[in-house]
Amino acid sequence: MAPILELRGITKRFPGVLANDHIHLTLEQGQIHALLGENGAGKTTLMNILYGLYQPDEGEIFINGQKVTIHSPADAIAQGIGMVHQHFMLIPVFTVTENVMLGEESTRFDGFLDREAAAARVRDISEQYGLAVDPYAYVKDLPVGVQQRVEIIKLLYRKADILILDEPTAVLTPQEVDELFVIMRSLVDQGKSIIFISHKLREVLEIADLITVIRRGRVVGSVRPEEADQYRLASMMVGRDVKLELERPTSEPGEPVLEVENLLVADELGQLAVDHVSFNVRGGEILGIAGVQGNGQTELIEAITGHRHILEGKVRLLGQDVTNAPPRVITELGTGYIPEDRQRDGLVLPFPVMDNLILRTYYKPPFARGRRMEWEAVRQHAEALVKQYDIRTPNVFTLCSALSGGNQQKVIVARELSRPIRLLVAAQPTRGLDVGSIEYIHQQILQKRSQGVAVLLASTELDEILQLSDRVAVMYRGQIVAIVPAAEASKDYIGLLMAGVPPEEARQRIGRKPVEIG
Amino acid sequence: MNPEETPQKPDLGKLILNELNHTSPQPPEKTKRGIPQSVLIPLLAVVTGLIFGAIFIILTSQEVYAGFGQSFGAGLAAMWDVVARSYAALFTGALGDPVRMINALQSGNALEIRRAFNPFLESLVTSTPYIFAGLAVALGFRAGVFNIGAEGQLFIGAITSTYIGYKLVGLPMIIHLPLALLAGALGGALWGFIPGWLKAKTGGHEVINTIMMNYIAFRLSEWLLTGPMKRPGSYNPVSPEIQPSAWLPRFFDDPIRFHLGFFLALGLAYVVYWFLFKTTWGFELRTVGSNPFGAKYAGMDVTRNTILAMTLSGALAGLAGANEVLGVNHFLAMAFSSGYGFDSIALALLGNNHPVGVVLASLLFGTLRNGATRMQLSADIPIDIISVLQAVILAFIAAPAIIRSLYRLRKPAEGEGLITIKGWGG
Amino acid sequence: MATTSSAFHRKIEIVSPTRQRVMGVLFILLGLALVFFFTPGLMQDQTTTFGLSLATSQVQLPPWQVHTLSTLYGLAVVSAILGGIQLARGFGRYTNWMLGLVVGLFIFGFLVWAAAGKSLNLVGMLNTTLSRSVPITLGALSGILCERSGVVNIAIEGMMLTGAMVSALVGSLTQNAWIGLLAAIIAGALLALVHAVLSIKYKTNQIVSGTVINIFATGVTSYISAKFLQVNQALNNPPTFGGTPIPLLSEIPILGPVLFSNSIFVYVMFILLVILNIALFQTRWGLRLRAVGEHPKAADTLGIDVFKTRYMAVVLGGMVAGFAGGYFTLGSAGRFDEVMTAGRGFIGLAAMIFGNWNPFGAFGAGLLFGFADALASRLAILGIAIPSQFLLMAPYIATMIVLAGVIGRARPPAADGVPYEKE
Repeated sequence: MAPILELRGITKRFPGVLANDHIHLTLEQGQIHALLGENGAGKTTLMNILYGLYQPDEGEIFINGQKVTIHSPADAIAQGIGMVHQHFMLIPVFTVTENVMLGEESTRFDGFLDREAAAARVRDISEQYGLAVDPYAYVKDLPVGVQQRVEIIKLLYRKADILILDEPTAVLTPQEVDELFVIMRSLVDQGKSIIFISHKLREVLEIADLITVIRRGRVVGSVRPEEADQYRLASMMVGRDVKLELERPTSEPGEPVLEVENLLVADELGQLAVDHVSFNVRGGEILGIAGVQGNGQTELIEAITGHRHILEGKVRLLGQDVTNAPPRVITELGTGYIPEDRQRDGLVLPFPVMDNLILRTYYKPPFARGRRMEWEAVRQHAEALVKQYDIRTPNVFTLCSALSGGNQQKVIVARELSRPIRLLVAAQPTRGLDVGSIEYIHQQILQKRSQGVAVLLASTELDEILQLSDRVAVMYRGQIVAIVPAAEASKDYIGLLMAGVPPEEARQRIGRKPVEIG
Repeated sequence: MNPEETPQKPDLGKLILNELNHTSPQPPEKTKRGIPQSVLIPLLAVVTGLIFGAIFIILTSQEVYAGFGQSFGAGLAAMWDVVARSYAALFTGALGDPVRMINALQSGNALEIRRAFNPFLESLVTSTPYIFAGLAVALGFRAGVFNIGAEGQLFIGAITSTYIGYKLVGLPMIIHLPLALLAGALGGALWGFIPGWLKAKTGGHEVINTIMMNYIAFRLSEWLLTGPMKRPGSYNPVSPEIQPSAWLPRFFDDPIRFHLGFFLALGLAYVVYWFLFKTTWGFELRTVGSNPFGAKYAGMDVTRNTILAMTLSGALAGLAGANEVLGVNHFLAMAFSSGYGFDSIALALLGNNHPVGVVLASLLFGTLRNGATRMQLSADIPIDIISVLQAVILAFIAAPAIIRSLYRLRKPAEGEGLITIKGWGG
Repeated sequence: MATTSSAFHRKIEIVSPTRQRVMGVLFILLGLALVFFFTPGLMQDQTTTFGLSLATSQVQLPPWQVHTLSTLYGLAVVSAILGGIQLARGFGRYTNWMLGLVVGLFIFGFLVWAAAGKSLNLVGMLNTTLSRSVPITLGALSGILCERSGVVNIAIEGMMLTGAMVSALVGSLTQNAWIGLLAAIIAGALLALVHAVLSIKYKTNQIVSGTVINIFATGVTSYISAKFLQVNQALNNPPTFGGTPIPLLSEIPILGPVLFSNSIFVYVMFILLVILNIALFQTRWGLRLRAVGEHPKAADTLGIDVFKTRYMAVVLGGMVAGFAGGYFTLGSAGRFDEVMTAGRGFIGLAAMIFGNWNPFGAFGAGLLFGFADALASRLAILGIAIPSQFLLMAPYIATMIVLAGVIGRARPPAADGVPYEKE
């Protein structure tokens, strides 16, 4: 029998990039086929081609042995292909039913919406596959995990047989991931086939029937999970041996640099986002904040750096009270801050590299004398930093928008670390970067630690937290549920805490004796 | 470790080049053709606009249809004739008739010389309010605010400077004129401050608010000119005549109206340039304009900068109004502005939101408008043809892809980033 | 995007009570204003008379006479009580209705005061209000069509103006008002197509594109007017649509003369209003249109053609604006004058925002603005000392207040004004 889906020699070029280079891929019916690769390896491009969002420059697609051409998502849907995008394609102000039926509406009298009929189908599907949702709820009111279920229902509503899930676990807790895997199994059992895109080795090994690794737009190889382990997959992904563990020299923590006491912070909607949080970070120490996205880490970081109003509590920096101090005061006391969203907050993309390198110090000598800008000093400063931090740019006048993601992040890192700082706040410092840049940035952070800088690191990548941190604080629903020394911070334990399991119970589950909470 | 300590050999040529590079909004694109597209596209847009205008004139000329009624050749001849006549009138109306200039110089008649050279100087007079208003909009764009309300600010500036101009009697010019100009700037500034404040504090989109402020300004001036500011004894809604001590001095005798305002505008263009590109104020303003989130992260006060930008923009537009009443009209009438506010959006974009570009664009638009006055008289082409031309030029500037495909230009590697203002969604 | 909103909802009350209080205070202030501004100088025994029929009506109702002072006090007390309730516990989701009610009471109070000791024909007033609201409401509907699909349209004014000019020219040439109207609709559609191409295909800033259309429309219409219409009056003399009373319905007292004795423009406005409301919220077409305006990429991934949808919406919007333009020449003046739309398109834009991008909301705003317009023209007759210009400013000021979020935030479609890029 012909495979349900076969891609042959798919090639896609973008200006200056060969995104997909003669890719072959075969999906059997009832299979979970994982597509593994680094960010930027070409996984998403390939899937966008399959879904009709891009046209391939070369290559052919076969479905059930029949050659097909897919010009648009509509074609893909007609061929039984459905995709859950990394960023959800849901309309917040529409109901679940409206979102699900959009594009394939139930109607009466040729054109008038029949919301009841569609809602009934949504209910049927959700019962059949165990995807509990309220058809009349507004999507904006639903938690992320449920929104993802709505996305899956959208595909099933269209009777898709081939489901593409693009990095579906990125926004989920480990427990929600387990639930998703149950759903995936149930889908496959009922005859669906799934392409599962991920860069997380563990998950791929756990769920996939077959793993295809892509590197720089090429298929490196396909392996069965029972034949592979994390190390082998990692070296396939990166193209060389990768040290999964970082060498972390020991360091003696010094005096507390940052002290946070009973912090209470609200989010944009006026809801409590940070709920009585207390901790401190000492010089020469990295405190990692673990947690699933949306549990208050963003707000906590913003509050500490002066970008969000603190309702209650105290923040002290080097013994000085900086609660609700202007960002500039906090910066001048010696804080470096790598923001979570580098393109939105960290850079001014339409500005040259050299302007971005003085974004936080532009008003001080030597860059300004009084109110007058000293552009020559700015240029010299920029040229030195470009050399020192290995920023790949034609020159310092190049606009930041023209740089790659890794180099954009290097601009931020150079700017923040080149100042004499005592505290470094790094939020998601390596999100979306290639392995080389990740390693580089990790090393820079560790170097600052050895220089006695206190580092507060927030990341949703648990691996990153565990590799770098001296202590790990876990945030769940706005609270720090535990602070765990590195030695006791196992992945399972932290994962359970991130999912909201109380520390006591979590320890029992992983079969360990309770220890003191730091 | 500290990069500032790294010694660098200064290279003078490189230094100057960098200086120039940096003070221009973007480093120049590397084009093999020599002329960067940021200059080429506006030029081609203007040329294409003139061609479009010619087609429009042909299509609306009875002579052409009459000609084609006779024969194809007569039709073509009529087409050529009408376009040539119109654009010749436009040219001589805008810059002067060379033959007449030479004759006048030879005759030595002072009045005749003034008359012969007047068209050119009159073009500068027409350009002056454009420079002020264009700078106003460009400054706004640089700071991320879309000031579509220059028209209203201009009106208010005209009202306040007129009031100071006729109400204060007996002041020496050295005090009265600056005072009247200041009043115009303050009036416009107030009209810009309100939508700026609303945007910064409540998020109300400045495009809607400035449009609303425009109409409030029109109604206000209507009321003032029929009520409190009406000229005593006049049946028309006009203000009293402004005291000569508040007039912007003219450089020549009648009929030449060329006045100090032009140099004031040029001076202001330099100030705006210096402010935007050479000071930390300007750096903050441009950062807020390009990325308000990044500006907030950098510790800049986005609220204050937004309000500041709208206020300064309003002040510049207000000066445009003051310049017209103090330099040209010497009183305020109801139908006083002729769409400078909307035209200034075209000017700012045509000039790439750079003061030098704005001055050049203003000179062009002023010249065209002045020439069109003559065209209306001698070629029977209504002056409104200018609005058509301006609209078409603006369309080409705003959608450079059209120009590129017309003239087969290559697409530059980097985005244009002329405007960073989004609609009122999201 | 709201897709990352977290699961826990421990609301800290820092936002909403403010609005409740502002509203309550506003109601009470309006009540107080009735007393402080309007009652001084009124005689004890003064009455206000409202005419309830037109001279042409078949059924003549006796005029309605109210005692001026006690009516004003009564209205003030009701406003104050509503304000008190609002402060004490709030009207929740009925707050906006209450606001409408209190503003209505205030306007009525204003009329009672304005016509104190005199007679004001209420029916005539309401009829004028309705007809003045026509171009505003139609302009707003045009805007809603465009913006619900994600394209900002500030060129309604230009499209109206062009529609007005074209309908005058074509109507005069053919001596047929219907053909003139059709030409206006086509002209609106063509200009809208330019706006659509610039903003959808070339991804021009939509406000700039709208400005292009506005400048162009002003130029072309004035040019044609100066070159042809003013020179040759035969080209500027179109037949007009007079009043078309609907049999029977127009005989209903009060309602008849107000609603059912109008020109076709009023009827079409009502029909469009209902159709657009149903089409947007109850049909497949509307669901897709709104999806494109909220999250075009999501719509695209479900096989909806974002570009086609937007083109269609903008061109339809242009047709509505062109039709509205026809009102000025064929439904009202009977000739074209330069810049005769006088900013009605922009007021339409304001009405759209005021009505929160909903057809009926926009109609309500259109009525309010039309009322200000109608009242302004009667101030002199009533002998009121307020300059009419200040009344005419009211719509603009009201819009700015709404936009500032004092009375609940207006929420535009999420992708409004953002060009869609297919990657």
